[in-house]
Amino acid sequence: MFTLESVSYKDILDIHSMHVEEGKITALIGASGGGKSTVLKLLNKALSPDEGRILYKGRDMDLLDSVAHRRNVIYLNQRPHLFEGTVEENLQKGLDFHNKPRVSKDVLSDMLSYVGLRKQLAAPARQLSGGEVQRLALARVLLLDGDVYLMDEPSSALDDESERFLVETIVDYTRRNNKTLVMVTHSRFYAEHYADIVYTIKDGRVEEVQHER
Amino acid sequence: MNGEVLELSIWQVLLGYVFVLLVLFILKKRAIKREKVVIIATLRMTVQLVLVGFVLTYIIENPHPFFTLGVLALMEGFAIFTVFRKFKDTLTPSLKRVVMISLPSGSLVVLAYFLFVVIQIEPFYDPQYFIPIAGMIIGNSMTGITLGINTMVNRFTDQKEAVMEALHLGATPKAAAHPIINESFDQSIMPTINNMLGMGIIFLPGMMTGQILSGVLPTLAILYQIGVMLGILGGVSLTTYLFLQLGYKTFFNNRAQLIDSNE
Repeated sequence: MFTLESVSYKDILDIHSMHVEEGKITALIGASGGGKSTVLKLLNKALSPDEGRILYKGRDMDLLDSVAHRRNVIYLNQRPHLFEGTVEENLQKGLDFHNKPRVSKDVLSDMLSYVGLRKQLAAPARQLSGGEVQRLALARVLLLDGDVYLMDEPSSALDDESERFLVETIVDYTRRNNKTLVMVTHSRFYAEHYADIVYTIKDGRVEEVQHER
Repeated sequence: MNGEVLELSIWQVLLGYVFVLLVLFILKKRAIKREKVVIIATLRMTVQLVLVGFVLTYIIENPHPFFTLGVLALMEGFAIFTVFRKFKDTLTPSLKRVVMISLPSGSLVVLAYFLFVVIQIEPFYDPQYFIPIAGMIIGNSMTGITLGINTMVNRFTDQKEAVMEALHLGATPKAAAHPIINESFDQSIMPTINNMLGMGIIFLPGMMTGQILSGVLPTLAILYQIGVMLGILGGVSLTTYLFLQLGYKTFFNNRAQLIDSNE
């Protein structure tokens, strides 16, 4: 689905070759500051490589419309930003950005339950804790129904038990809906346990590739 | 009001400078180091007004389209230059180009409408009406655009995360910048709106006061003042709207990425 060919970005990333397969879960692991998040941003077209090229479904991403691409290849930041307003307004915001019709409160409440966030839709978003922010942001992107999800440590602000629940939720969603997932994680255990392919990134280069399944 | 105007001699005007001496006395007593700028401001105000008084007298007594349009071009040029100087460290070349387009086009459209449709001056270059009204509309438009630049540049810095998040979620640059554009527009027009709210009760506007002092009936003076105030509102709104609609684009590249969104 994605092919990176001799991609470099500033002095952060220098990847000779990398593949993300459609319908699979790809994990990126490695020490922080190694360039994992930059890979996700390049795939989302939030950044563009200085050299080399990235193919998406065989087409050079540089030629693709950035906004249309991002609506299909959705990036979830490690420290997501919540907009002013309520939980509900934050959930609907993503749909607004996609020019999609808003969904009912029932659908929103179901999505909150799915990601394990026990908050009223009318609750002010600014009152949420770090872990709750991550859950809300996850719910917000899942509502968008993209083909590809790029998740940067989506459970970093959670305790061990909650983290496991959230990772399993993401994996479950990906498998059941036949999505493609690229996930940055600090946990080699989760990567090896759930991912189909694990890339270890160190100092901006691919150090190791493991095919788990 | 009987139409008589009290002539003011130079000696009488000189008596007004006693207030400058008062300010200088207070500054000296409080050890506030502002004497230099007060003196410079006083001198500049005096020299500039004396010069413009002579120039305008000549132009009004010898009306010619070349003079009127020349003064208009000077006003627009000086307004643009003032904006550039105020933001010399923050305006990118592309944002400067947007100022050069939006400030003249917004203010000129409103000015033309006001002069030729509302008050219908004849001939079109009549400097007695053209120049003072142009000055008020261009000056206020410049202030509006200045407030718009200030808010927009600041918000693109302190709300960078919100803009980035919106882009990640698939927003167009326009949608991502929407709250910033709205807030900037609001900040730009609010001083004019507040002015309108207090006008006639809290203060009498300068133009109207000037007309009344010059012997014009207050009932006529207020008609001009209302018209000019509406023109100013239009000028500020249109200029700032154009600036913001074009200006936000300069913060994004052609890949719909926030410029300088580097890690």
